[in-house]
This record gives sequence, C-alpha cells and structure tokens, in this order.
Amino acid sequence: MTFVDFIVTNAPALLVAIPLFAAFTIPAVGKISAAARNLWVMGTMLLTAAVAFILAFRVFSTGTVIYVFGAAAANLAVPLDSGGIPIRIIFTVDAMSAFMDVICAIVGTSVLLYSLSSESRNTNLEGYYALYLLMITGVFGMVSTGDFFNFFVFLEILSLASAGIIAYRIDGGLAVEAALKYFILSTLGAILVLFAIGIYYGQYDALNIAMIAQRMQFSMLDKIALVFLVAALAMKCGAVPMHFWTPDAYSMAPSSATAFLVVASQASLYGLFRVVFTMYNMTMNCATVGWIIIILGVLSMVIGVTMAIPQKDIKRLMAYHAVSQTGYMLLGVGVGLAVLGNTTLTSAYGFMAMEGGIFHIFNHAMYKGLLFLTAGAIFYRIGTRDLNKMGGLGHTMKYTMIFFIIGALAIAGIPPFNGFASKLMIYESVYLFNPIFAIIAMVVSILTLASFVKVFHSVFMGPQLPEYADVKEAPLPMLIGMGILAAIVILFGLFPQPVVDMLVAPAANALANQGGYIASVLGGA
Amino acid sequence: MDLTAPVLTGYGIWAPVAWLAAFVAATIVVYLLWKTGESSYKKGTEQGRPYLSGNAEPEKGAVHIRASNLYWGFLQALKGYYDAIVPIHTGVLTDYMIWFVAVTAMLLVVIGVLS
Repeated sequence: MTFVDFIVTNAPALLVAIPLFAAFTIPAVGKISAAARNLWVMGTMLLTAAVAFILAFRVFSTGTVIYVFGAAAANLAVPLDSGGIPIRIIFTVDAMSAFMDVICAIVGTSVLLYSLSSESRNTNLEGYYALYLLMITGVFGMVSTGDFFNFFVFLEILSLASAGIIAYRIDGGLAVEAALKYFILSTLGAILVLFAIGIYYGQYDALNIAMIAQRMQFSMLDKIALVFLVAALAMKCGAVPMHFWTPDAYSMAPSSATAFLVVASQASLYGLFRVVFTMYNMTMNCATVGWIIIILGVLSMVIGVTMAIPQKDIKRLMAYHAVSQTGYMLLGVGVGLAVLGNTTLTSAYGFMAMEGGIFHIFNHAMYKGLLFLTAGAIFYRIGTRDLNKMGGLGHTMKYTMIFFIIGALAIAGIPPFNGFASKLMIYESVYLFNPIFAIIAMVVSILTLASFVKVFHSVFMGPQLPEYADVKEAPLPMLIGMGILAAIVILFGLFPQPVVDMLVAPAANALANQGGYIASVLGGA
Repeated sequence: MDLTAPVLTGYGIWAPVAWLAAFVAATIVVYLLWKTGESSYKKGTEQGRPYLSGNAEPEKGAVHIRASNLYWGFLQALKGYYDAIVPIHTGVLTDYMIWFVAVTAMLLVVIGVLS
C-alpha cells in the first residue's frame, strides 16, 4: 500500500487522529521554540484539511465512505459472527458529513492562520493551540461518526475544549464566567444526550446510528429520547429561547476562537438534523417536529436580530446575529422536514428549502467567521470591543474595512454575495410553504443590514479620532485569514449553482435518504 | 460544469453573473455621467473645511456620532417590545437553565403526548 493509498483508505480515522495527536504533543513541541510550535500546529491543520478534502472528494465522487475501527477491512461494518449487529465504532461519512468536513477544514485553516498573529502577544499559547486542535477533533468527529455514543464523546471533547478556549483570556473573570455558563449548560445538554443514548441502547441493543434507525419503533421512550436530543442540540446550536449562553461565550472568547465556535455550533445543528432525518425520519410525526424546528427558527431569527440592534459590544452584537442566522437554517430545513412525507410538496419546495438551509450553513460559517475575524482585528489594534469608543478606523484599517463590508453585505443577503443565494432559496421555497415566514425572513434581513450599517458607521466612518491616530492595519497573517474567507464569500456568491450541484444537493439528498444511510452501513440487512 | 448557471430557487432563478454584468454596465454609465461634470474642487483650500454656520469646528471626537445614538427612534418605537425582551436576558445561569428545562418540558408535551 502506498502512502497515498494509506491516506485515502484511512482518511476518516486520520481526520480525528491527526489533530488529537498534535493537541497532546504540542506542549512538548512548544518547549523547543515558538516557531516550532507554530509550524507544528499549522502543519497539523493543513494536513488535517487536506485529509478532509480528500475524504470529501471521495464521498462526493463515489458515495458514502464507511470506516470500521479495528476491523479486518475498513468497510466490514457487520462482522460475520456478530449476529447482524455492527459492534465496532464506525465512521459513516456521507455527503452531509463531507459537507460539514469541508466547512470545518476551510474555517479551521483560516482561523488558525489568523491566530498565529492575533494570539502572538499572549502567553501559554501551547494551551490555546491544544484546545483549538481539540475543538477541530471534536467537530470532525461529531460530523463523521456513525456511532451515537461516539457522537456523545466528540460532543464532550468539543464542549470541554470550547469552554477552555472561551476562558482562555480570563479578562478579569468575565471570560471565566462566560465559560462556566457555557460549560454547565453544555453538560446539562450532554446529560440529556447520554440519557437518550441509554434509551436507544436499552431498547435496540445498538449504538450505531444506522442500526438504531433501522430498528426505530417511535415508542414513548423514543419520543422522550427525541425530545432530549432536540432540546439539547437546539440549545447547543443557539436556538431561541435557549440562546442565552451565545452572546456571553462568543463575546468573551478570543475572536479567532469565536469564529470557530460558529462551526462548533453548526456541528450541533448537524447533529439535530442527523437525528430527525436519519434516525427518526418517517417513523415520527414529521409535520409536528418540522413545525417545532420552524418555530425555533423564526424565534431565533426575530429575537436574534432585534437583540443585536441595541448592542454596544461589537462581538455581542455579532453573536446575536449568529443566533439570528441559525434561525434561517432551522427554518429552511424545518420546512423540508415538515413536508417530508408528502412527495408532491417535497419536490415542489420542501427539498429546495432544505437545500437553502444547508447552503446557508456553509455561507454562514464563511461570512460570520469573517465578521468575527474583523472584530478581532479591530480589538487587536485598539483594545476595546465597545462600539461607543470606536470611530474613524476606515482611515487606517482599509483592508479590514473592506473585509467587514464583504461580510456585512453577505450576512444581510445583499447580491451578489453568498448570503443572498442561500437566503433567496429559503425565501422563495418557504414562501410556498407559508408566506408569513418568508416575509419575516426578509424583514429580518433588512434589520440585519440596518444593524451592520450601524456597526460600519460606528467603527469605520467619521473623522480619524486622535486616540487612534497611531493605529495600523492588522498584521498580514490576520489579513490572509480574513482574505481566504472573503474570497469564498465572493466566489460562492458569484457562482452558487456549482456549489449547490456539487456540495449542497448531495448533502440534502443524503440527509433525506434514510434508507441509503442504513444500507451503506448494514448493506440492506 | 457550467460555472455561470443560474440557481433554481423553487419559485424562480438567480443569475449572479447576469446581475453583475448589469451592475458593471450601470456603474460605467454613472461614471460617464459623472465625468461630464465640471471639476471645481481645489484641494487644500477653504473648500475642504467644514462650514458650521461660522462656528469653530469641534474636536474630532465630538463630531463622530457614536453607536448608542444610532437607531434611537427605532428603539423608542419598539420600547414595549424591548421592555419585555431585554429583561429576559438576565445573564444569570440559573435562568438560562430554567429556560432550557422549560423548553424541554414543552417539547415533551407536544411530541410525547400530542404527537
């Protein structure tokens, strides 16, 4: 077996093994020198991203990839002597998982490049990078695993690492308080996830998602498990009215980490969609659960954006917008779920709504990541997040301002940026489901634009203020990190259809096709 | 693969490249109209100074309209809404947990009993 064959065959395992190994070895590498540490962490991230792209390419060209840990062959999901039960830990990377892997790889790499500059003035960077790589491990694991207990393990890795990185800057105890809130709520959610896993295992003797899906009866216990999972994962992705941790955590974490916290939240959103589509699908009342997700989405859109407008802290404002944008994803995919049983409505608009919601996950990760990085660049140069103390920075931080404009126009759904393409898909398909929701979504976009006009004016416009006369542009690595995301925002906005064809539609298909997922693991058993 | 293919949106299409072409064409027309104007600006003269009815120009920090002053009217118009929604965001962890438990309980009723 050549080296390339080894990488391709073992890509799902390497996706978590590489960052995990690097995370635990980085304190030792850091003893050598700061340059060695930076090289180690950047090399790890680039290698992990390359593996993610290789895996995604394989999935999108040949179909779902199964990886069985400890088996004689990587695709031997059901051993001959196991009684038809997939007893080992299995990674099931279908198009939806690959879609999330691509997001994690792009944002993870951009943010890390940015961090090399933005965190360079801080101490204990070995700890910071170790936590960051553990977050990478957690996200890749959550979106790739086909084993539900394994999902819980990676959820915990992600939560613990995220709490650590939120508290990293301490900031007079405020960051620690935000991390404590996030940690306790995450633990509460994780307990419910574990409880649900116990319910499945007690009923079906299985932890494998495909196996549970195949045996799903939608008994009263399954309903309780579904409620626990929907509540826990909706809270983890920041859906209203369980979003309260989001502004605290997002605003207090280092900006580079905040940009990746967006992806971490989306991993929970992925988990929510995986549960309702792959594990339950038509066994449950799709209309009821779909409407619950729609209501959570609409509440998130409206309350998120209206709470953003009066904010004075730039990162708190952006955090509320993250809540609001999550609402669009919930709305789009919720509509797809609500009409899942009706073939006519699904083909008329349900599938398009799902595609819009899933496309928006990608777009949001790019432009929201970009916006948090611009906020970080501003904080890096002037040392405050208070919008009332800012002004005139457009005179000196021109590139940061341009990146901010790109991100702001994209999040507001202004053509031709990527946010417009996915929002238009959501507006028009949701309009056919219920015009009121489409109108609400459009009004929320207008309010989003208004909010970012306020930020733009407060931060960049006006005369050059005397206290910021010496402010310089952000360092080059930070600009490159922002530039990568900005380029994707523009490119995916100008050429959305290839993205929809290659990434989004296969992901939506994979999500809706429960039978295909089960057959890929159990072979139609 | 056609890079410039329009997106089907469920109700219509979105063709960003066509939109961009129209935008560039409009920009060129605007630029040409602007170029026909007479240039009378002289840099470094009194023209460049702000005229405030003869009053002295305030210091730079006093001129800039700060974030808190923006959208005052919007916030006043929705005062009732904000009076209800802002106090819910207490920042207290136990309140966050109560919301989480309450939503879980509500979902239990809707999915577990009514569904």
